[in-house]
Amino acid sequence: MITELGHYALILALATALVQSLVPLIGAQRGDAGMMAVGPMAANISFVLVAFSFLTLTYAYVISDFSLLNVVENSHSMKPMIYKITGVWGNHEGSMLLWVLILVIFSTLVATFGRNLPDTLRANVLSVQAWITVAFLLFILLTSNPFIRLSNAPAEGNDLNPILQDLGLAIHPPLLYLGYVGFSISFSFAAAALIEGRLDAAWARWVRPWTLVAWTFLTAGIAMGSYWAYYELGWGGWWFWDPVENASFMPWLAGTALLHSALVMEKREALKVWTVLLSILTFSFSLLGTFLVRSGVLTSVHAFATDPTRGVFILGILALFIGGAFTLFGLRAGALRTGGLFAPISREGALVLNNLFLTTATATVFVGTLYPLLLEATTGTKISVGAPFFNLTFGPLMIPLMIAVPFGPLLAWKRGDLMGATQRLYAAIGISLVVGLVIMALTSDEPVLAAAGMALGVFVILGALTDIVQRAGIGRLPASTAWARFKGLPRSAFGTAFAHAGLGVTMIGVVAASVYSTEHVSAMRAGDTVDAGGYTVRFDGITDVQGPNYTAKSAAFIVSKGGAEVARVASAKRFYPARQMPTTEAGILTFGASQLYIALGDFQSNGTLVVRVWWKSWVTFIWYGTVLMMIGGALSLSDRRLRIGAPRKAARPAKQAEAVA
Amino acid sequence: MRRFCLILALSLLAGLSLVRPGFAVNPDEVLADPALETRAREISLELRCLVCQNQSIDDSNADLARDLRLLVRERLKEGDSNEQVLDYVVSRYGEFVLLKPRFSVRTVLLWGTPVAILMIGIVAIVLGARGRRGRRAPPVLSADEQAEIERLMKRGE
Repeated sequence: MITELGHYALILALATALVQSLVPLIGAQRGDAGMMAVGPMAANISFVLVAFSFLTLTYAYVISDFSLLNVVENSHSMKPMIYKITGVWGNHEGSMLLWVLILVIFSTLVATFGRNLPDTLRANVLSVQAWITVAFLLFILLTSNPFIRLSNAPAEGNDLNPILQDLGLAIHPPLLYLGYVGFSISFSFAAAALIEGRLDAAWARWVRPWTLVAWTFLTAGIAMGSYWAYYELGWGGWWFWDPVENASFMPWLAGTALLHSALVMEKREALKVWTVLLSILTFSFSLLGTFLVRSGVLTSVHAFATDPTRGVFILGILALFIGGAFTLFGLRAGALRTGGLFAPISREGALVLNNLFLTTATATVFVGTLYPLLLEATTGTKISVGAPFFNLTFGPLMIPLMIAVPFGPLLAWKRGDLMGATQRLYAAIGISLVVGLVIMALTSDEPVLAAAGMALGVFVILGALTDIVQRAGIGRLPASTAWARFKGLPRSAFGTAFAHAGLGVTMIGVVAASVYSTEHVSAMRAGDTVDAGGYTVRFDGITDVQGPNYTAKSAAFIVSKGGAEVARVASAKRFYPARQMPTTEAGILTFGASQLYIALGDFQSNGTLVVRVWWKSWVTFIWYGTVLMMIGGALSLSDRRLRIGAPRKAARPAKQAEAVA
Repeated sequence: MRRFCLILALSLLAGLSLVRPGFAVNPDEVLADPALETRAREISLELRCLVCQNQSIDDSNADLARDLRLLVRERLKEGDSNEQVLDYVVSRYGEFVLLKPRFSVRTVLLWGTPVAILMIGIVAIVLGARGRRGRRAPPVLSADEQAEIERLMKRGE
């Protein structure tokens, strides 16, 4: 019964969204305040309805209601409670419901926090947002309904894919969707601005916090997913250039470009047309990602061809929204006046350079991800595009970008002084060169470029610090003055510094873990030892473990240094009978920034066990860097000018009077 | 030849991230000669495990991946160069096996897009900057305006 109510709520949400998609829009055209006021109300009602619907599905999972097809396919009565709940979005139907839930959460947030927006803009934004809601609610109700009942309920469910039974999964998709779907707000703002034909610096100031929120969550989601793959898949890889990863990486790259171009628009009213285009593009990549992951097209073009309903539906949504937005853009972009002149060497110029490389990088990931699909669909020829392609194309694009990062914030708006910026970076350049040379000397048998990469990472971190030091006048002004200036710096300055430093930290992690890590594969018997990263790992034997819904062979390892035991760690292989699937539970120990990573292989015929031990140099820096980026995003978001918002025209009383009349 | 040099330069830049420890190599597969083994690993990262999703044979523990790893090592022991090994594997399994497709008519758009986008971007930026410079020509002040400025400046003093 409760399930049926949830199903019904979803249909009501569709009806509400239909109202929201038209009434505020017409209201904005006519200047009818009453019709525009429908927008926030409908947004809040949609949110309540979808949230209720989501909760009923969660309830069905919690009580293991096996009369529901979706629960049967993805749950098991013996599964731990936390995975019963996370299992709600661990499947296609449930994850689409989560997608829409987050979409309506963002709508309701705009309705709530958008009070300082001009009424017409808010009405248009909410309407565009509702178009997206309508499209995806229809998708769920027509092709991916999680509320389908079974007439003969089985006694037990099929369980959730074991590699998804992990805390990482609990957090990863919601974070990722908060990012993906959050960009819908930038899209709606862009479409609304094009509909109104008005686009000014205030618009950019309104869009930026939403973009920042989405970007911060997407960063968290991608980082989380990467760490999850690292420890759960048992290969110790953190990025595979897998199409699914690329699907989330494209909106991130485009969103990063958008953050920077919106800054130019907000401060200088330049790059208007480009910023609107990027807003549209970023969410288009979110939609594309949803299509790639949810249509099954990645598994195989043929699987897609045999059951194309869902894929074709999302493709339709994709074509409608991207096509529609670009048509609107084509019609209206000419009318948008670009203001704000600037010299090539200036803060604006640096941000344009940032956009050039980020956009090219996005395009590279895009073509690499879609090319094999398109080629096979059109000519039947199958090719593979994998990590070697992306390393060869994406890598070189990032290097000039990373070199430019420290210079950007040091250049003045309008007309910058490159020599001056370079002089202020002398210390950073000097220290990073020394670091590079020292690393080169210490690791003479490793590639020289690795040392250069490490030095570049250090340069980016020091460059970020330089900006803060220079702006506060540390070392130049008396300590008390510098401290006062330091405290007085806007939060966004610290946001920039944190995010840029995070980029450098991640780069160091990537380079070090790629080049300086060591691998030790050996067939071991209990008592055997292997040396890795200056530690000795002793295999202490194997025990059988009975989990709630799996059985496991758990191997114990004792890690010692110089004969003294420093830690014990278990590494296991699990077997989930419901799905007949094995998983690897790697044993991971963190020493400083590096990690000792132990994964079990197969038993050999002679009774030994293949054990893979890696020393992952500085690998944690990869994720520490992303944490710094998120802190940067949060700091920028708390900046005074975004918190207080754009100034509101004092026309409110007049408008209210109009509405009353 | 120029293209080759370009690709070589780019590979050097990207070489940083190409070296990645693998997962699936078993102790009994490892070659005694460390130099040959290193080359085998490099080649393995370029080859796709045909029955897997987007995994290199170095990452996969599928039987087919193991067969391919052994084949690669077999060829290396015979004295093949890296390129010859790749050619041999391609002759048996087709181009699908390469994770980095070769430059050809079919892949011209794949390899060309990043370069094209970068070029288009640069041209657009240069043209945009020129356009801006054109608009920047300062408007000539009329004699009256000039006199007004002088009057205001004097009043300021």
